[in-house]
Amino acid sequence: MIIPLLTAGIFCSLYAFKNNPSAGRQIHPPTTDPDNAGLKLPSGFGALVVADSIGKARHLVVTKEGNLYVKLAKPVKEKGIIYLKDKNGDGRMDEQSGFGNYGGTGLYLKDGVLYASSNDEVFSYQLDEKNEVSNQNNPSKLITKLKKGRQHDTKSIVLDNSGNIYVNIGAYSNSCQEKDRTPGSPGMKGCPILDSAGGIWQFKANKLNQSYGDGIRYATGIRNVVGLDWNQQNNTLFVMQHGRDQLNGLWPDLYDEKKSALLPAECLYMLKKGDNAGWPYIYYDQYQKKNIQAPEYGGDGKKEGSKEYINPALAFPGHLAPNGLLFYTGNQFPEKYRNGAFIAFHGSWNRTPEKQEGFYVVFAPFKDGQPTGEWEIFADGFAGTDNVMSPRDAKHRPCGLAQGPDGSLYVTDDVKGTVYRILYNGK
Amino acid sequence: MKKLLLTALLVLPLAFFAQAQKTNKAISSPAAARDQILEGKKVYSKFCASCHQLDGGGVPNLNPPLSKTTYVLGDKSRLIKIILNGSNESLEIDGETYSNPMPQLDILKDQEIADVLTYIRNSFGNKATAVTSPEVKAQRSKKK
Ligand code: HEC
Repeated sequence: MIIPLLTAGIFCSLYAFKNNPSAGRQIHPPTTDPDNAGLKLPSGFGALVVADSIGKARHLVVTKEGNLYVKLAKPVKEKGIIYLKDKNGDGRMDEQSGFGNYGGTGLYLKDGVLYASSNDEVFSYQLDEKNEVSNQNNPSKLITKLKKGRQHDTKSIVLDNSGNIYVNIGAYSNSCQEKDRTPGSPGMKGCPILDSAGGIWQFKANKLNQSYGDGIRYATGIRNVVGLDWNQQNNTLFVMQHGRDQLNGLWPDLYDEKKSALLPAECLYMLKKGDNAGWPYIYYDQYQKKNIQAPEYGGDGKKEGSKEYINPALAFPGHLAPNGLLFYTGNQFPEKYRNGAFIAFHGSWNRTPEKQEGFYVVFAPFKDGQPTGEWEIFADGFAGTDNVMSPRDAKHRPCGLAQGPDGSLYVTDDVKGTVYRILYNGK
Repeated sequence: MKKLLLTALLVLPLAFFAQAQKTNKAISSPAAARDQILEGKKVYSKFCASCHQLDGGGVPNLNPPLSKTTYVLGDKSRLIKIILNGSNESLEIDGETYSNPMPQLDILKDQEIADVLTYIRNSFGNKATAVTSPEVKAQRSKKK
C-alpha cells in the first residue's frame, strides 16, 4: 500500500518539477472530466471544463499563475474582459471578475502588459507582480479609429519581439464586388477597400493614439483574419485567413454546389513585410494547388492568378472558419507537438446544402518554422453532434487558443462560453 | 371567404393584412399557393439557403433567421422591398443584429419573388398569406 502511494507521490512531484516550474500553488495536474468534457482527443490526452457560461468567449491568455483573461464579443454586465482565478488549485476556475466595457476579440499578453481590442481600437493594461490589472478603468489607448465595417469587424492582435503590435483589419466585403454578395456583380477595379482594410497593420506597442498615419500596412490582400500568432522559431508572423464565400451562389455557371462547399481553401500564410496574398483578385484552390483568378475579376475556375501573390504555407478545406492559431512551445505534450500549430476552427456556415464542417481543433506539425504539410484533427466533439446541417446545431464552437504555464492547451467556445483545458496524461 | 376566415383564425395578428388583400383580385387559390410553395422552395435553395440556411434558422451573428420574424410575417410590401432593394443596415431582428448584407435580388422575376416569399411565409413554422406576382410588380414599379 505504501509503495504505490510513495511512487505516486514521487511521480507527482517529478511531474510538477518537470512541467510546472513556475506555478506556485497548483502541484498536481488537475483531474480531467470523466467524459473529457465531451471532447474526442488522441490517446493519452484528457480534458476538463475550467469555466462555463461566461459569455461569447473569443481570445484568451493564461498568466504564469494559471489564471485566465478572456475577451468577450459582447460585454456581460458591462464587462468585456473576464478574469478567472483558480483559488483552491484544483484547476477549475472559482473566482470571476471583469472589466473593460467593450466587446471585441483580440487579447494578448507580453512582458507584463495585457493588450485587448474592441472592434476599432486597441488598449493596453499594465499588470502588477501577480499579473493582475490595477488600472482596470484607465487602459492606455494605443490604436484608434480603425475601419470597422459590418462584416469582418473584429481586430485580432499579436506582438513580435521588437516592440511592434500587429492588427488584423478585415475587409468589409466578401469579394469586393460592386454590389457585395450579389449574383453576377463584377469586382471593383483596384479594390478600394484595401487602402484601409483587408490586411495586417503594424503599430508600435508602446505609443498612444496611433491610427493609419502612424502604422504601416504590413501585408495586404488578406480578406479577414481572426487567428494569428508570432512564430518564435523563425521570428515571423503567421495568420489564418477566412476565405471567400458563395462561389456557387454568385457564379452558378462556373461552380456547382459541391465545388462551392469545398472551395476555396482556408489558408495559413507566413507573412513578411510587403506581402500580398491576393484577395479579392485570387483565391487558393487546394486541389489544383494554385492561386486561381476570382470570378469577379474575369476568372473561370481554372485561370491562374498573377504570380505577384504569395502562396499559403498550408491549405485547409473551405469555409471552416479558423478563429484561433497557436504555436505550441510547451513541454507537456509529446515531442511531435513542439513548435507545431494548433488551429481552432469555428465551423462553417457556407457549405449548404452539404453538412457543415469544422467545429474542431486541428494540429499541424512544424519543422524549423515551416509546416511539414500534414495536419490532423486534434480535438473534436465540440458541436455535440456529427451532423451539423446549420451552425446553430453546434452546441459549442471553438474560437480562442492559449497555452498554460504547464503546457496545457486552453480552448474557448463562443456559443455557451465554455473554457476547456486539454492535458497530456499519457506516458 | 372561407380561406379568409381560416387565415384570420390561424394568424390573428395578420387578419388586417388579409383583409387588405381581399380587395386584391390576384389572391391565389389554395392549389395555386401549393404550387407557389413548391416553386418557391427551388428559388430558396438557389438564392437564399446559403445564408438563411435550409431550415430558415439563419447563422448566429451573420444572417438572421426567417422563422416567425416580423419582416416575414408582417407587411408584405416591406417584405417585397427587402428582396428588391436588399438591406445592409443592421436590422434588429428579435433583439439581435447580423453583419452580412442582404443582397439586392431584383434579378429575380416577379413570379419568382412571389413564390419564394410565399414559401418562406409558409415554412419554418410560419403560416401567412401568399404573395402574388402583381403585388411584387406593384412594388417594383414604385421603386422606379
Ligand atoms: C448573402 C447572404 C444572404 C442571402 C443570399 C439572402 N439573405 Fe436575406 N438577409 C441577409 C442578411 C444579413 C439580412 C439582414 C440585413 C440587415 O441587417 O440589414 C437579411 C434579411 C432578410 C429578411 C428580413 C429579416 C428577417 O430575418 O426576417 C428577409 C425576409 C430575408 N432576408 C429573406 C431572404 C430571401 C427570401 C432570400 C433569397 C431570395 C435572401 N434573404 C437571401 C442575408 C442574406
